[in-house]
Amino acid sequence: MAQTTDISFKEETLELIRKITKRYPDGKHKSALIPVLHIAQAEFGGWLSPQTMDLVAEVLTLKPIEVYEVASFYSMFNLQPVGKCLIEVCRTSSCWLCGAEDIIDHLEHKLNIKVGETTTDGMFTLKAVECLGSCGTAPMMQVGADYHENLSIEKVDKLVDGFKQENKQSRYC
Amino acid sequence: MVKLTIDDIPVEVPKGTTILQAARLIGGDVTPPAMCYYSKLKTSGGYCRTCIVKVEQGSEKDPRPIPKPVASCRTEVAEGMVVRNITSPENLEARAGVVELLLVNHPLDCPVCDQAGECHLQDLAYENGKEETRYEFERREFDPIDIGDKIKLHMNRCIMCFRCVKVADQITDGRCHGVINRGDAAEISTYIEKAIDNDFSGNVIDVCPVGALTDRTFRFKSRVWYTKPVDAHRNCTKCCGKVRLWNQGEEVLRVTARKDQWGEVMDNEDGTTAWICNECRFDKKHINDWTIEGPSEINRHSVISANHYDTLRNIKMDTLRMLGGKPHGEKVDLGIGALDPNNQHKQ
Amino acid sequence: MSRKLLLKNDHIPGIATLKTYRENGGYTAMEKALKTMSPDALLEEVKTSGLRGRGGAGFPTGMKWSFLAKPEGVPRYLVVNADESEPGTFKDRYLMEHIPHLLIEGMIISSFTLGSNSAYIYIRGEYFYVSRILEQAIDEAYAAGLLGKNILGTGYDLDIYVQVGAGAYICGEETALLESLEGKRGNPRIKPPFPAIAGLYGCPTVVNNVETIAAVVPIIEMGGAEYAKIGIGRSTGTKLISASGHINKPGVYEIELGLPVEEFIYSEEYCGGIKGGRKLKAVVAGGSSVPILPTELILKTAAGEPRLMSYESLGEGGFVSGTMLGSGGFIVMDEDTSIVKNLYTFSRFYHHESCGQCSPCREGTGWMEKILHKILEGKGTLKDIDLLWDIQSKIEGKTICPLGEAAAWPVAAAIRHFRPEFEAYVTNPESIKDVKHYYRLNPTV
Repeated sequence: MAQTTDISFKEETLELIRKITKRYPDGKHKSALIPVLHIAQAEFGGWLSPQTMDLVAEVLTLKPIEVYEVASFYSMFNLQPVGKCLIEVCRTSSCWLCGAEDIIDHLEHKLNIKVGETTTDGMFTLKAVECLGSCGTAPMMQVGADYHENLSIEKVDKLVDGFKQENKQSRYC
Repeated sequence: MVKLTIDDIPVEVPKGTTILQAARLIGGDVTPPAMCYYSKLKTSGGYCRTCIVKVEQGSEKDPRPIPKPVASCRTEVAEGMVVRNITSPENLEARAGVVELLLVNHPLDCPVCDQAGECHLQDLAYENGKEETRYEFERREFDPIDIGDKIKLHMNRCIMCFRCVKVADQITDGRCHGVINRGDAAEISTYIEKAIDNDFSGNVIDVCPVGALTDRTFRFKSRVWYTKPVDAHRNCTKCCGKVRLWNQGEEVLRVTARKDQWGEVMDNEDGTTAWICNECRFDKKHINDWTIEGPSEINRHSVISANHYDTLRNIKMDTLRMLGGKPHGEKVDLGIGALDPNNQHKQ
Repeated sequence: MSRKLLLKNDHIPGIATLKTYRENGGYTAMEKALKTMSPDALLEEVKTSGLRGRGGAGFPTGMKWSFLAKPEGVPRYLVVNADESEPGTFKDRYLMEHIPHLLIEGMIISSFTLGSNSAYIYIRGEYFYVSRILEQAIDEAYAAGLLGKNILGTGYDLDIYVQVGAGAYICGEETALLESLEGKRGNPRIKPPFPAIAGLYGCPTVVNNVETIAAVVPIIEMGGAEYAKIGIGRSTGTKLISASGHINKPGVYEIELGLPVEEFIYSEEYCGGIKGGRKLKAVVAGGSSVPILPTELILKTAAGEPRLMSYESLGEGGFVSGTMLGSGGFIVMDEDTSIVKNLYTFSRFYHHESCGQCSPCREGTGWMEKILHKILEGKGTLKDIDLLWDIQSKIEGKTICPLGEAAAWPVAAAIRHFRPEFEAYVTNPESIKDVKHYYRLNPTV
């Protein structure tokens, strides 16, 4: 069923995928889908294009629709291109109580974009997200796998300037 | 066998039967409406919540009530169970709530919808809904898309019953459409435009309870109640070849599977479901392609079509003469009597 | 000082490593269990302990375990629910990050008790860095012969795998979690069958919260009867509380169940009082889904008794005047907090997290969010408040999974206890515009 695509995983990635599928009983390799989508997203530019999803389907011998269904369900999978560095600011209850909206406002102003947008240079995408389990260290933001907590405007400035300087590529894995 | 009562009516059914199936045996008003459950599709049901009932007594052994309303389509009966559907005002109120929520994002475009007249949601809203909606915000909107050249998807009208997905999983050899996104953004989609290319894909139209999946070859041709349904068959190598033709004069406007009083595709004599193939459905639109058996038994009433089918009683014989068919034994009665809920009780 | 069982060693540098964990008594309970006790005896200890599920529902753990079907030749699974996503809750993250071996030790004892040879930790995707810590700890445990084949020469085999999610609150619901672990959309299953009969891959499965499994370690260490002496009534043992909001010392605290709420909020040992010396307005005591209570009802019950941190005391008065211990996500709001705006963040959350499978939740959560947004914009009417009430009542109890209730209860409680505030937004929106920043209108959608 899977389509042949022009892209392919690196050999070491394929090795990792084979290792992951061994975590599950025989015939239950679909369980590897979410971990493999994470890997694919990290390897192919921080988002899942139809082409990337078709590749995942091919590697895991699933139907493409099974991959689309799952990829579109989970909020960490981007089905549209995002900036190199994805900034996700939590805005639920405790974070809001502790000033998350000020952080979001500041980032919008600083990056000159609105929530959900990407800077013209393709460097940053700003997202407001729901509770990330960092309520006791609010406000907070996630950049790739890193949690940045107890944020202040000054701290955010320092972080974002740093990301820009190091040309940071955010990735969860 | 298991004995229980539904709205004080005793019924005895085999172990493993669901409350809804037991209620269907009683028939009539006691039977909860079902928008997502489909007895011919495995794992269907449980999603729409319109079939909820109150279980006043769980069983003889454990007489405690079930604290929340249960989906009758997915709840098995138990010995001594006491179920309330229409005899519980609380249950009817809860169902009205579900119906209101189901309609929140529904476009209410019945005047331009091909399903009008045979739409289960229309009936449901008429029978269980409130007079007006209290929803004042914009409804979610999707562009209609063509799933291949024969099937039209109006996602705006979809109530997420999952029946079409189960049809694709269970009776075609490869599903390429499914549910993407989540929450109220969830939609039926092929994700990237892809035709559902399978001999049995057209059955998604027959199982759709609303006008989300319609037959493009029938689009805007006629209101369904202006057509004359007749049962017909042909020798088909792919399917049972037993269909229902929806005609106007000698023109076959639409071909569907035959449906029973619950709106479900009927069974063949051997107990399998009489799904039909795409060739029969889409490509055999000449009256000469078919052997006419006689007028169809439309025994599932619809709020829109009810009065219109009533007139069929008068035109029935004309139709038969015109089509050169013969009355088919017991089926001479169009089943108009079934429109009367009191009559259904007696079935 | 409250007695500590789970976090007694979290301050020790290097406790996340196997070496330090073992130097501080780690894995002795597991050794005792595997070498000297039978699965039946272990199950009895857990039952005797009175331990209740720490994820939110509070179901007795021993009873849950005893429901596990044991058909011949069919594998059984233990799945640890580390999907912690209930707003206000971050205790599992703390525990896994700081003492990963406590969870692993608990998993070995629990799996042995249940007769499972494969166990999975399903951790929310955002906690990726924590999954790394867990994997490292698991690798250490394998290297030391604490996992894998023939553990410590006892003949017992166990493999533990970490599965990372990808952003979906609903996967904290145990059957949605199992679907997700099987590589599917996180749609809750229709029950029955319950996981104890047909769970992961259709096999008998126990799904327990991280803290619940960790608590098995001290229970086996001290014995179930001893554990049951801690706490109050049917709320035995200790509980991790995630404290956040307008308090001086937010963080994760281990409390003995039965601690007075007032002491928890104001004592230096715990929250250290309200920030800036302001007054307390309201508390969400057990994670976003439990009813919010105003000061007078969170500190004392309607009958005037001191409210305690226990399943029973927090629940006293039902939803009319009480709430729930839930997951222990304790969110504190000061006198300047807009209850309406806070509720809006909850409703937006549940709308975002609804899986879309069943109609009342799919359609109702979005509707509630939109009405709250309208009220915050100053465009609401008194009728809208009644409508909100009505919608939540139409969702509650009508859905496949408890997300319906989780979305409905906060709305009901906020209106029940703070109706005048909703009315002020509607009748005199000008009065709200000039106050603190968290009253701000035009929320980001």
